[in-house]
Amino acid sequence: MSKKIRIRFSKEGCMKFIGHLEVMHFFQQLIRRSDIPICYSSGMSPHQIMSFALPLSTGLESRGEYVDIETEEDVFIRSKDALKALNSNSVEGIEILSYKELPEGCENAMASVKAADYSIRIREGYEPEADIVKYFEEMMKKESIIVIKKTKKSEKETDIRPFIHEHRVREEGGRPCFELRLSCGSVDNTKPELVFKALYSMMGEELNEYALLIRREEMYTTADNDFVSLDMIGRVTE
Amino acid sequence: MRKLALNDEILLSVDKPVRYIGNEVNSVIKDREKVDIRYAMCFPDLYEIGMSHLGIQILYDMFNSFPDVWCERAYSPWKDLAEILKERNIPLFALESQDPLKDFDFIGITLQYEMCYTNVIQILDLSGIPYYSKDRKEDDPIIICGGPCTYNPEPIADIFDIVYIGEGETRYRELFDLYRECRNKGMRREEFLHKASKLSGLYVPSMYRTEYEEEGLPLIKSFEPIYEDVPRTVKREVVMELSDTYYPSKPLVPFMKITQDRVVLEIMRGCIRGCRFCQAGMIYRPLRERSVDVLKKYAKAMLESTGQEEISLSSLSSSDYSGLKELVDFLIEYAGKKKLNISLPSLRVDAFSLDVMSRIQDVKKSSVTFAPEAGSQRMRDVINKGLKEEDILEGCRQAFLGGWTRIKLYFMLGLPTETEEDIKMIATLSDKIARLYYDLIPKEERKGRVQIVASSSFFVPKPFTPFQWAAMDTTESYLEKAHTVNSAMKEQLNSKSIKYNWHAADVSVLEGVFARGDRRLSKVLISAYENGACFDAWTESFSEEPWKKAFLENDISPDFYVHRERSTDEILPWDFIDISVTKEFLKREWENAGKEKVTPNCRMQCSGCGARSLKGGICYEQKDQDQIL
Repeated sequence: MSKKIRIRFSKEGCMKFIGHLEVMHFFQQLIRRSDIPICYSSGMSPHQIMSFALPLSTGLESRGEYVDIETEEDVFIRSKDALKALNSNSVEGIEILSYKELPEGCENAMASVKAADYSIRIREGYEPEADIVKYFEEMMKKESIIVIKKTKKSEKETDIRPFIHEHRVREEGGRPCFELRLSCGSVDNTKPELVFKALYSMMGEELNEYALLIRREEMYTTADNDFVSLDMIGRVTE
Repeated sequence: MRKLALNDEILLSVDKPVRYIGNEVNSVIKDREKVDIRYAMCFPDLYEIGMSHLGIQILYDMFNSFPDVWCERAYSPWKDLAEILKERNIPLFALESQDPLKDFDFIGITLQYEMCYTNVIQILDLSGIPYYSKDRKEDDPIIICGGPCTYNPEPIADIFDIVYIGEGETRYRELFDLYRECRNKGMRREEFLHKASKLSGLYVPSMYRTEYEEEGLPLIKSFEPIYEDVPRTVKREVVMELSDTYYPSKPLVPFMKITQDRVVLEIMRGCIRGCRFCQAGMIYRPLRERSVDVLKKYAKAMLESTGQEEISLSSLSSSDYSGLKELVDFLIEYAGKKKLNISLPSLRVDAFSLDVMSRIQDVKKSSVTFAPEAGSQRMRDVINKGLKEEDILEGCRQAFLGGWTRIKLYFMLGLPTETEEDIKMIATLSDKIARLYYDLIPKEERKGRVQIVASSSFFVPKPFTPFQWAAMDTTESYLEKAHTVNSAMKEQLNSKSIKYNWHAADVSVLEGVFARGDRRLSKVLISAYENGACFDAWTESFSEEPWKKAFLENDISPDFYVHRERSTDEILPWDFIDISVTKEFLKREWENAGKEKVTPNCRMQCSGCGARSLKGGICYEQKDQDQIL
């Protein structure tokens, strides 16, 4: 038996330019540097038992990334000490925000993640001509938002409105900041870029690939028909 | 948070932006205002190549241990970014502070291979620094280089302000102190360089003048210092007590997967073997070992501070390290506990190494490598490769019995005195190994065919080797030879079990030109860069055209530098460097090569190479012990 641990971390500043494979590699080394008693798979080339919730595209920031690991049963570490060790061995831009033990039989982050919160700002110099806030609110009133989803094999029309669970616009230093809670997972995965593509096409404008500053804020699973933060599943060890 | 030199749009539009952001574990950030000297350590190739280099890790750590110095890094930007930098006039920057290189006090460039020279020019170009040392102004950084190519610095003499010859651990502190003193006194750049030329191991090209013969071949007529107080010879810097010298316990850990993604433990310097084609075997003499205890300590410290999952030993010939067994046993035990991998390059194939390899890797997936360098025994005697056919076959026999079925063989073509007979023996040797397998392993125990992969590279004569006087083959002759070997391979009984590859030839000839060239090549190099040459070490980006044009434009024949045998009386461009191995020894070895005479390795007998004057090495230590006894 082993213990399941969930780690929440941020990816900000220049760290947004490192890719998902590099994040995985970074964590393998961070765990070693911090002397966390992680479990290894058996076989000729053992690897750490570690799984990430949902890859973050290069260029996006986040305050709500998750990785689950398994640690040795007989070694007890207090969350506080693990956090201290991990953060002192990390780099600027990747901060370990929580270290919690998961209850037995809990699904791992990758399997359980159902939705994510994003905040989206418009990069300076890329402001659209149209009144984007007005269009945004109008779009959210619609019953369906049809977009073309491209897969490797085909293009198909999808209604993404059911996958937008919450939306809000707030003002931040005189500029709009859009907040969205979007489905994620294998079937209904909805990226914030896709929502904004639909918005821009309603506005009759082209969405420049560098126009959006996107940040993932949190990830959720579902319990009793409600969204529950992945961070709420585990408990702090003391 | 640090402000990056490049904005998001640029970083998201180029390939692998992680190359340009810095912030790696164990990278060093200091306060600009609190340091006196800013040093940019450059590797003139891509990040993933440069980050794999041990020398930079050592010097980076050492320089940053000086409170008054901040050492940062820079690498060649790939073509996509280089184009953007040029187009938008963004100066090339260092990774740590993201400040332009032009604002630094020193730009130190490591020269590991000749084909990176155009990348050096690119670094200067993108930094807005004049190409020629003579054109630089008072506020330009001092451009200094080091590394194996500096054993003939003449082709790049007009470009560098200072050339550091030898091992970097010894003289930098003095150089930094001198720089600070000169700056505080308000001295001019030229005065500082003049003073620097008097420090041991430092060569300041602008303090010397070369004259050439006007009649006949354009040979060097004289090479003289322009001031009386500038030394006539420059002595190579050597660290004699390797266990006590600087070694990084906190090497940098890149985010991206790099070429050598592991912790590197340098176990010794120098080599006892004396292969006549090998420059490293001569310029790093004498053999100096680090103690096993020190290495164990560094291995642990580096693995703990980096979190890397692999450790590798580094040396020219690890099998010759006297503490190998103890060190390897320690590493295997430690690695087993910590679930780490070990890699052991440059091990001679024998019972010990095969046993070690079977303990650290999956036999089914790995291969066993030999570097016979030549096919015939005669040719191996000429190059003084102390490896007999029996040794190779015995090594293969043990490998086959141990379960290996893949053998890699490395050869060279174009060696001095080589005949058709010699090169055809590459094919016969490959076939003999295949036959051995089929004779040794009964049919029912075989898992498919044995796989023999033979590859040959083009021999390039290098300075400070017994072959420094040798003529290099032409491209045509080399390719012809490769085809001869290839057809000979096809005639072998087991040709289906053998795969033969050979390397490109045009790049090797150019490498040959710059390896033994003189000062007149600096302008060719700059022309080639201006004609579009860059990243010449990358097969896909190498093009002969810019170079052909550059030689024509400057009225210089590349053939003069490569295809003629030099007389032993000729003044060689690198003669002013004293590596402690004497020219007399190299001459003797050149003659021995002609006589197919083998010279014993240092452990067997001292051959009087001259390196003993450094008070170290096997012959010196033995002599020392004799005296005590």
